Amino acid sequence: MPDNNFNSAAGLVPEFSVPPISLRRRVTDQAMTGVAVLTVLVVLLPLFAIFAYLVYKGIGSINLAFLTQTPKPVGEPGGGMANAIVGSMVILGIASLLGVPLGIGAGIFLSEYGRNRYGDIVRFVSDVLNGVPSIVIGIVAYGLVVMRQKHFSALAGGVALAIMMIPTIARTTEQMLLLVPQAIREAAYGLGVSRWRTTLSITLRTATSGVITGVMLAFARVAGETAPLLFTAFGNQYWNWDSGQPTAALSLQIFTYAISPFDEWHRQAWAGALVLIVLIVSAVAAVRIAVKHGTLAGA
Amino acid sequence: MSNQALPRPRFNAPEPERGSKAALKVEARTTPLLQGKVSEIPDIVFGWTMRLCGLSVVALLGLIVYQLVVGSQLSWHAFGWKFFGQSDWNPVSDQYGALPFMYGTIVSSVLSLVIAVPLSIGVAVFITEMCPVGLRGIVSFTTELLAAIPSVVYGLWAIFVMVPILREYVQPFLAKTLGWTGLFSGPPYGIGMLAAGVILAIMIIPIISSITREVLTVVPQHQREAVLALGATRWEMIRMGVLRNARAGIVGAIILGLGRALGETMAVTMVIGNRAEIAKSLFAPGYTMASVLANEFTEATGDLYLSALIEIGLALFFVTIAVNGLARLMVWSVTRGQPARSNA
Amino acid sequence: MGVGITVEQLNAFYGKTQALFDINITVLANRATALIGPSGCGKSTFIRCLNRMHETIPEARVEGKVHIGDLSVYNGTSATQLRRRVGMVFQKANPFPTMSIYDNVAAGLKLNGFRNRKQLDEVVQKSLHSAALWDEVKDWLHKKSGASLSGGQQQRLCIARALAVQPEVLLMDEPCSALDPISTGKIEELIFQLKEQYTIVIVTHNMQQAARVAEFTGFFLLGKMIEFDKTEKIFTNPSDKRTEDYVTGRFG
Repeated sequence: MPDNNFNSAAGLVPEFSVPPISLRRRVTDQAMTGVAVLTVLVVLLPLFAIFAYLVYKGIGSINLAFLTQTPKPVGEPGGGMANAIVGSMVILGIASLLGVPLGIGAGIFLSEYGRNRYGDIVRFVSDVLNGVPSIVIGIVAYGLVVMRQKHFSALAGGVALAIMMIPTIARTTEQMLLLVPQAIREAAYGLGVSRWRTTLSITLRTATSGVITGVMLAFARVAGETAPLLFTAFGNQYWNWDSGQPTAALSLQIFTYAISPFDEWHRQAWAGALVLIVLIVSAVAAVRIAVKHGTLAGA
Repeated sequence: MSNQALPRPRFNAPEPERGSKAALKVEARTTPLLQGKVSEIPDIVFGWTMRLCGLSVVALLGLIVYQLVVGSQLSWHAFGWKFFGQSDWNPVSDQYGALPFMYGTIVSSVLSLVIAVPLSIGVAVFITEMCPVGLRGIVSFTTELLAAIPSVVYGLWAIFVMVPILREYVQPFLAKTLGWTGLFSGPPYGIGMLAAGVILAIMIIPIISSITREVLTVVPQHQREAVLALGATRWEMIRMGVLRNARAGIVGAIILGLGRALGETMAVTMVIGNRAEIAKSLFAPGYTMASVLANEFTEATGDLYLSALIEIGLALFFVTIAVNGLARLMVWSVTRGQPARSNA
Repeated sequence: MGVGITVEQLNAFYGKTQALFDINITVLANRATALIGPSGCGKSTFIRCLNRMHETIPEARVEGKVHIGDLSVYNGTSATQLRRRVGMVFQKANPFPTMSIYDNVAAGLKLNGFRNRKQLDEVVQKSLHSAALWDEVKDWLHKKSGASLSGGQQQRLCIARALAVQPEVLLMDEPCSALDPISTGKIEELIFQLKEQYTIVIVTHNMQQAARVAEFTGFFLLGKMIEFDKTEKIFTNPSDKRTEDYVTGRFG
């Protein structure tokens, strides 16, 4: 090292110096950044592909007939999924009716009464339930409802989906209620408001938008479920207004059509998938907007 | 009483001083508007109703176990442990063994992990450590959008878009380059174990990457700074300062993804080929525990047949619970104390 | 008119930790009584025992006798019933964030089942007047949320809310600790006016404030009440050495 002798000569700089970051390390650093960017692109690719195909394949097949008619027999063109759209709504309605109150109640228990061992048990069981495969929930609803009624029904489908909603709603409700400061509860207690009133009119009301978001997440999660409906709602090619009879569902219809060998049905499956996603997204968006408009300025 | 002797503070009320006679005027109190006694009963009823709701969650789990155990009794008595060791699945001769389904479930899930884990960690690392702040929200939102797509839509896309690509391009390429391993041999149908693994991977990436991200953000900033201060490059900082500290949590995230993959039904059923065979090649069709339930449950005519299916459901239930429980514990061990738990 | 408070042998606990030891005190009606002491001395715990707010904390418990007027606090009265007669203002203003100004003030009555619209309007207006807030908010009663007001206004809103239930006693737990001097001045003036109608117990860490607003002052230290006397006496000629040390700024 002939050039740096003036450094040593000055005696101000120590004899050793930290070596510059080697080329290899710099290249690795750059390469790993590149790899990370690449993974993001690879992951986003299918997402865009799925949406692109949904729109591309689906939009051409959605017409008035698709939204107002029942399926036509094999070979006949046309027909639609009107009964499946309505059926899905009925099943989801039943599921929400059963699952939302129970789930919110369990969430209230966890946050307001469950800061103890019993709460921990319920918390753990909720998380476990969240991980149970949906097809297994289907078996349970089959045993609970179908076996008793002796036939498939919208009710059975609703029960299956409700079981899936409850733990999700319970945990998100709990988290949202815990975000409400204790001071707000105390303010109500201080006014001589009873505990149940405080919980419902103050705590729950303050957390409303969060709780509803949680409910919508649970709703969106089960709205596209197919597996638990296979042997509960079962599906139906015709209109059915009896919640005790086999009922069509959009997701079931998509499945049936997708694995069929007919081009016309494939086309309709894409259209159904597009409608399903639009329904889920617009339901979630509608509730979000409703919640936003319901709150006061500055809140 | 002894404290009678102690001089209790006694005082005469001083003359109330008059404050500034401001415009401020305090209205006289009137008689209370709220009269009557408050009943405690509504509070008690409400409290117990909420407890009942909480209990219902536990009851649901009990109900699930009960239904599955009772439903699978017939099959359990007929086959015992052999049920899980036999590969014969024959409704005609009433012989049932779950081995091919277990094999299919395990292989498709493991395959999906092999594909999804590096990608998910890459995405999580990118979002937490490298992404410009403005882009962060968009990238994480879009990744999580993947989780909102219904399984059946994944399946639909897989059948008509992904499988043809696998068949025309990916499988011939794999056969040519890696065919010697025996994992990629046989005719490229498109449909089969490989397709199931790929679609599962796409489906579990959002779960693994979002939990990994959560875990990475919990790694304290000073750990990063400590490594950077030693003159490390950014990648070295990520490797030593971040990933190493978050190891247990990342493993937890992966296992959680595994739990989802094990129980995933529709998309897999639509592309795996549904044949109860154990084949070494990933090109070959297979069958999983979830998809045999999806396909055969409504068609199961005999009692033993139905019972055997329910037993598969029971096994699936226990495996996913064990896997999820393990994963939760591992994620909690890293993020413990993070979520707002205090009620104060 | 307000009522007096008598406390006998009050002990309070958080789980196994004892926070208050044998407190005895008589608070006169229609006077302001200040409680001072270093932080953690138990003065907030004490005031929270008077309306049974202490017991909302898990594992917290109380022993002893408290009478508010003729009402026995820990014997045969429900906490809810009691709190309708004992209003409370907290350290940090805590208006209900999702409610309008009007609804905040009316909350105590509405949530307790009071439905007479006309009387509600009256009470809300009166309470806001009494809390010296009416002029500032009268145009926004239904349009703005309670949380949109400034800190000082929020605290006066909370006072109005407490007054609307028409309590006999008003407990104030460091009501000015989070406020600027001007808002503090307004609230102090308010306390001065309010004590003509209510019995006021105010916890404060600010000795000047105690001297300004209260006729009586109690000094707390380590969960015990060291001295209780006329404010003037406490600040000029305390009988206990520890009180003297505290008020002259030698510790705390």
